[in-house]
Amino acid sequence: MIRFLLSRLLTLLVTTFALTFIVFFLTNLEPSLEKIAKSEIGTRVSDAEVESWLDRNGYGEPMLVRYGEWLGVVPGWTHTVDGEVVAGRCEAPAGAVEAGAFCGIMQGDWGWSTVFRRDVAEIIGRSLALTGKLMFWVMMVMVPGALILGVLAGMREGSKLDRSLSTVSILTTATPEYVSGVVFIAVFASTAVGLRWFNGSATSAMEDATFENFTLPVLTIALYGMGYIARMTRASMTEVMTAQYIRTARLKGVSFPMIVLRHALRNALIAPFTVIMLQFPWLLNGVVIVETLFNYKGFGWTLVQAAGNNDIELLLGVSVVSVVVVLLTQLISDIGYVYLNPRIRVS
Amino acid sequence: MTDTATDPALEVAPGEPILEIRNLSISFFTRTREIPAVMDFSATVRAGEALGLVGESGCGKSTVALGVMQDLGVNGRITGGSIKFRGEELTTMSPARLREIRGRDIAMIYQEPMASLNPALKIDRQLMEVPMIHEGISAEEARARALEVVRDVRLPDPERILDAYPHQLSGGQQQRIVIAMALMSKPALLILDEPTTALDVTVEAAVIDLVRELGVKYGTSMLFISHNLGLVLETCDRICVMYSGEAVERGRIGEVFDEMRHPYTQALFRAIPLPGADKATRPLIAIPGNFPLPDERPPGCNFGPRCDYFQQGRCDAQPIPMIEVPGDGHEARCIRTNEIDWDAPPEVSDHRESTEIGEVVLKVDGLQKYYQVSRPGLLGGGEAQVVKANETLSFEAHESETLAIVGESGCGKSTLAKVLMGLETATAGGVELDGRAVGDVPIEKRDTRTVADVQMVFQNPFDTLNPSMTVGRQIIRALEIFGVGDSPRDRKRRMLELLDLVKLPREFATRMPRQLSGGQKQRVGIARAFAGGARIVVADEPVSALDVSVQAAVTDLLMEIQREQKTTLLFISHDLSIVRYLADRVMVMYLGHVVEIGTAREVFAPPYHPYTEALLSAVPIADTHIEKKHIVLEGDVPSAMNPPSGCPFQTRCRWKSRVPDDLCEREVPPMVEFAPGHKVKCHLSQEEFASMEPVITLAEN
Repeated sequence: MIRFLLSRLLTLLVTTFALTFIVFFLTNLEPSLEKIAKSEIGTRVSDAEVESWLDRNGYGEPMLVRYGEWLGVVPGWTHTVDGEVVAGRCEAPAGAVEAGAFCGIMQGDWGWSTVFRRDVAEIIGRSLALTGKLMFWVMMVMVPGALILGVLAGMREGSKLDRSLSTVSILTTATPEYVSGVVFIAVFASTAVGLRWFNGSATSAMEDATFENFTLPVLTIALYGMGYIARMTRASMTEVMTAQYIRTARLKGVSFPMIVLRHALRNALIAPFTVIMLQFPWLLNGVVIVETLFNYKGFGWTLVQAAGNNDIELLLGVSVVSVVVVLLTQLISDIGYVYLNPRIRVS
Repeated sequence: MTDTATDPALEVAPGEPILEIRNLSISFFTRTREIPAVMDFSATVRAGEALGLVGESGCGKSTVALGVMQDLGVNGRITGGSIKFRGEELTTMSPARLREIRGRDIAMIYQEPMASLNPALKIDRQLMEVPMIHEGISAEEARARALEVVRDVRLPDPERILDAYPHQLSGGQQQRIVIAMALMSKPALLILDEPTTALDVTVEAAVIDLVRELGVKYGTSMLFISHNLGLVLETCDRICVMYSGEAVERGRIGEVFDEMRHPYTQALFRAIPLPGADKATRPLIAIPGNFPLPDERPPGCNFGPRCDYFQQGRCDAQPIPMIEVPGDGHEARCIRTNEIDWDAPPEVSDHRESTEIGEVVLKVDGLQKYYQVSRPGLLGGGEAQVVKANETLSFEAHESETLAIVGESGCGKSTLAKVLMGLETATAGGVELDGRAVGDVPIEKRDTRTVADVQMVFQNPFDTLNPSMTVGRQIIRALEIFGVGDSPRDRKRRMLELLDLVKLPREFATRMPRQLSGGQKQRVGIARAFAGGARIVVADEPVSALDVSVQAAVTDLLMEIQREQKTTLLFISHDLSIVRYLADRVMVMYLGHVVEIGTAREVFAPPYHPYTEALLSAVPIADTHIEKKHIVLEGDVPSAMNPPSGCPFQTRCRWKSRVPDDLCEREVPPMVEFAPGHKVKCHLSQEEFASMEPVITLAEN
């Protein structure tokens, strides 16, 4: 167990390292840096001014050194005027700058967001909490919905119920969020159809989520994933229902509902479980679109803002969090799989 | 809910029919047509009686069982006839009433125990469920019952077994659990569908013993479905032989076995190796032709095209009814049954010379093969363990000789084959082929000659042919690899010759494997093995996946090619009947050790190694004149990862108490030589060996 966890931890570290390096490399290309400088000091400046601004703000050093600074293995940059440190990476809130100090991710310092003018850690913490709230409700709708759909469809293969439920799941999976989201807003939140049941914006849900302002974003993400999981559950359920031990149960005189609940369900859930866990990282994608669409300032929205403005340290922070989320859900998935499937459990 | 189980009016007195099947027809419906699977089938099972249903795969015997259970799936339908259980019609029964009967009054035991048990539920829950549904008893009561039944099926440590998941048990244990599950509600009728096919012979013998005993104890009637005539003889009172969807003969077991009155039954008995059959003097007679597919049945008698007594205009003119023949309810579906001279001896076409045994081709000396396995579960590193698959094997095989290697699964016979083939290399010891050492040369480093010299015929012909390559191409591929022939044309000619050799029509060269039957595929496998003029052919259970009627033909083919090409045949098998029929010498293996080696005659007669003795006793023989000593081995074959100390067989040996000082537990016995070449690995004294009686004797009558 310990070895398994350690190997997973190592994977996590290596992946984070590789991904952040790539992000760092791309955001620190010459044009990207120039863009930052211009957004800070105005667009009508000469190349020389840009150059000196970049130098003064620590962008002038070689890329590897600066990556090391971000990691916290190289001391943070300082800018000295007349032997006195006037600016530096490791700026304390009070303004005092210490030369030769380390302040990278390893010291717990996530850096400074140039867009929001705040600590990256603070932004990520807040947006993660908001997205967590969204994801929680998505899962609460999606998982039970998908499993019920899949099990109902799969228990009698080829029946009318199976065919109609399968059509529904294919439809929902075939409709991407940016389509279903727009359609939902048009139908349920605008004057176009006039239903106006729900709010088209979820901004108010950040403070106080209600049925009105949160239904549409949750539904948009949930429906898309629901069809996919339902298809997987159905496939696995139909396979289990033809297994010999189901016949054994039938010929023991077990009634059909009991066969489904006691004998088929657990075996049928083994395969979709992995898929459900794979949905977590994938949800991060959907979240980007839906949060932007409904103006919900969570993790996805933050990512869009950071990428749009070449906010280097915020992007790096977002990358680290994403990798951790993905690999953590994989870990949970593996452990849960072992729990569901006694054959893998080591006796 | 009506409580019929305790209603005395519905109790069936012994001898009265408990299950009556009348003119039953079952068809499967596909989108385009109807495929009849069972036609005009009648049978009766009386209370306390066991009826055997025998036939080759595809003859409809399992369909009959599922018809009785009313579980034919979406496509299957009963198209005619009736099935009465205790006078109640099953074909028109309501689903609710059917559920009451299933599991409580009629229970079923299946072929594959692992697949029949729910992998995600513990054994106790699966067992307790039965009485809890049918009798509404409490969980504690049900568990107590489960414990009792698990004890009845003689499983060790019942508490632990109840608390286990199916995958934690061995195959034999799983089958006992399936039996226990069937017995939980003390059913009146038990349907057994090939219950031992997946098990080893000694385990099979123990399971059959158990079924018979429990049948008597619980007074259960049985419908026993099997393709193995020997097993049916050992378990049943009456027999019904099926061919291509029809019952062709039925009657008391003794009458059908000794005075069969249907040509198919007769052909079946002539095709299986019984004691007395011999490859030189009394060869097996294969049934010509192939089993007809359900939609290609001939008019009239289904067996007509393969029958020696076929008469045009009579046998194919009209459907053949069951005709009564003298005896107790003895019937046969043959209009010529009263015209045929049933006592005429079979025509033996040619007396074959037994071949001269030549020089030593293969010499194995102290061969050892250990596997290092670490069993790292998913969550953590396991320790490295050693599987001792082969322990100091020494033997020689000569030119034109058939050396049979006999043993149950896990005895190391397949590992030995792998080492010979070069798929594995030996840990220690030497393997010499024509004087060249090949034991530690893996197959990719062997030269073409050596690869062509040692070839293999595999057990399952269905998986060993490439499904997307024509038969001819696959044989040519082998020729290319073996470096036979100079030009493509040359190789093509050689390929056609090989098809002739294995008696397949030359048109088969352009066919795909899926168009071939199992027997034909195995012939292609044989052609491929002999393509490079092999010196040694390792045949790993070459006929055990085939039907009885084609087994004989494939076996004979192998022997004939061997005779012509002077090949050494290493025949791996667990079927002692066939080994006795074709082997010159026999090597018995147990847990990686050779426990006995000698000529077939020596091995099949006392003095035996105790394991050989048990093995001989375990093999069912379809001959009523044979008397067998009854030896049942307890338990399973121990794991090769954790073999017992001393003699490998000591944990199951019935002779162990005759050896003083616990010698069996302390020391691996030496090889004792009884006659030149006949060696036994055992501690027993000469006197004990001399006191052994033959296991199989011909009864006098």
